[in-house]
Amino acid sequence: MLTQRLLLSDRGGMIVLGLVLLAMVLVPICNILVPETSSLHISTFMVTLLGKFLCYALLALAVDLIWGYCGILSLGHGAFFALGGYAMGMYLMRQIGPRGQYGDPLLPDFMVFLNWKELPWYWQGFDMFWFAMLMVIVIPGLLAFVFGWLAFRSRVTGVYFSIITQALTYALLLAFFRNEMGFGGNNGLTDFKDILGFPIAANGTRISLFLASGFMLIIAYIACRYIVTSRMGKIIVSIRDAESRTRFCGYKVESYKLWLFVFSAILAGIAGALYVPQVGIINPGEFSPLNSIELVVWVATGGRGTLFGAIVGAFTVNYGKTIFTSYSPETWLFALGALFVIVTLVLPKGLVGLFNRNKKVPAKINTTAEPTNSTAETAKENV
Amino acid sequence: MNILSQARRSLGQADPNFGAPLDTTKGTILYVEGITVSFDGFRALNNLNLYIDEGELRCIIGPNGAGKTTMMDVITGKTKPDEGSVFFGQQINLLELSEHQIARGGIGRKFQKPTIFEALSVYENLELATAADKRVWWTLTQQLNSAQKYRIDEVLLQIGLQEHRYKNAGALSHGQKQWLEIGMLLMQNPRVLLVDEPVAGMTGEETEKTAELLLSLAGDHSVIVVEHDMKFVRSIARKVTVLHQGSVLTEGTMDQVQNDPKVIEVYLGE
Repeated sequence: MLTQRLLLSDRGGMIVLGLVLLAMVLVPICNILVPETSSLHISTFMVTLLGKFLCYALLALAVDLIWGYCGILSLGHGAFFALGGYAMGMYLMRQIGPRGQYGDPLLPDFMVFLNWKELPWYWQGFDMFWFAMLMVIVIPGLLAFVFGWLAFRSRVTGVYFSIITQALTYALLLAFFRNEMGFGGNNGLTDFKDILGFPIAANGTRISLFLASGFMLIIAYIACRYIVTSRMGKIIVSIRDAESRTRFCGYKVESYKLWLFVFSAILAGIAGALYVPQVGIINPGEFSPLNSIELVVWVATGGRGTLFGAIVGAFTVNYGKTIFTSYSPETWLFALGALFVIVTLVLPKGLVGLFNRNKKVPAKINTTAEPTNSTAETAKENV
Repeated sequence: MNILSQARRSLGQADPNFGAPLDTTKGTILYVEGITVSFDGFRALNNLNLYIDEGELRCIIGPNGAGKTTMMDVITGKTKPDEGSVFFGQQINLLELSEHQIARGGIGRKFQKPTIFEALSVYENLELATAADKRVWWTLTQQLNSAQKYRIDEVLLQIGLQEHRYKNAGALSHGQKQWLEIGMLLMQNPRVLLVDEPVAGMTGEETEKTAELLLSLAGDHSVIVVEHDMKFVRSIARKVTVLHQGSVLTEGTMDQVQNDPKVIEVYLGE
């Protein structure tokens, strides 16, 4: 019953999750067991690249949940991603211990460089993995709660909301650039040595991180499916389509938006936490407003309001970016802009919509028949 | 300070006890007294007084800008007036409540333009409007129980959409959308229905069906209809209130109102 609701009725999602699972099986095999001389061998660089894409996909999923389903266009989701990343980065910094350049057992290198004598209070506890993981969830969640509470309570919607989220991430960018903040300023946090005792650059660690990202993406996908297929999901869609009607049906719209926003921010934070050990650095650049906009382009390209479309979009655009930037890095931004324009004009439903359009007739019957059957069945059961 | 007090209000604000039977011992269900609303110096409502009896069907007419929609905004909590009071029964002060609380408490509102959830089916539209626990965490796991399903079937029959139950609401005709919206109000088991221009844009046949529907609702519910279509108002009206420049010009039966020289002056000009 629940699997039917969460997975079986979602064909596109099944395909995408299937591919992710397949990659999670094949990539480690091709990396470890297949000899390097074979053309099937996947390099560790490639493993890390795919792991990064999985984190991006998780981030895109978070945005699709609020944008595609609730119509909240956040242009600052990169901020939650970066905050999750910084929390993980702080843990990794504390793990370096006396192995840093200056050999201080407690203080990270940049603090020694700044002539700091003791660890700031907000760095306490980050030597413990569980605490850092808690912060990965709490910090983005708390920021989203406070920010969302203020914004939604004042009924800030539409483009105004987008603009203030953009301002939020920009403000954090400027703040994290300052050395006095104690997060490594311009350089951010880097030179990580190990995670949970495993050397961070080792093959096995890379593969584990890749697998962890994949698992997290699948769990998050199922959680999002659970939300959007519940009654709450219908209410969220109603808020998107007719906010005042929903309010006059007796729903406190602000609360729904707020909790969804918080949940989405937490997903973004987790994505950031998985991203940082794989790329080996977190710096204020991650707060750049451009990142958050790019992220919206992934979702739009994949097809919003489908969840799996966000994953497709994140992979497609980032793979394109990897290819593109290796040939002609200067023109990437133009290509991204052109992509956004083309998607908006030609593919309002994204790549996923293209796939559905080719099979127009069956898809249409499917979408109308499915709810009919399920509601009819549940109606019958209870008579 | 202001934000703090608002925070306390929005977190600690409990729903008033709507479970208790509404105190309508005086026979009046809605008291609107001395309401004044100004927008940038323009008085949309000016010392408006209106009393609605339990179970009555009241028509409100008036030229454009008379304040009909603003009046509905005040009753449903969308607009807070500068002066005056609005009581639901003898006890409940509506001005202290927010829109969703007023809706939960039993005052349903239909908008001028049919507003339904177009992405959902007719059945789902009614499901969402069902009177149930509407707090965020509950809706994550909630399912319809058999009494609620029975009620949905009942309402589907009442609004004449039982054959379209699984149709996408966006695919309904204009008239059907209006009925669906009325059905959504009914799912909330309201005591008072505020209906803004129910027959605008309807065909003659649809208008007739709507008139029948509204007449059948009066009695069990108090129904307040704002309408421009005089023929329609004549066909359903028992008591008519004429608004003009934000206050009540006159009240009475349709005949009394139509022969009132003040009304003729307002509608036909000096």
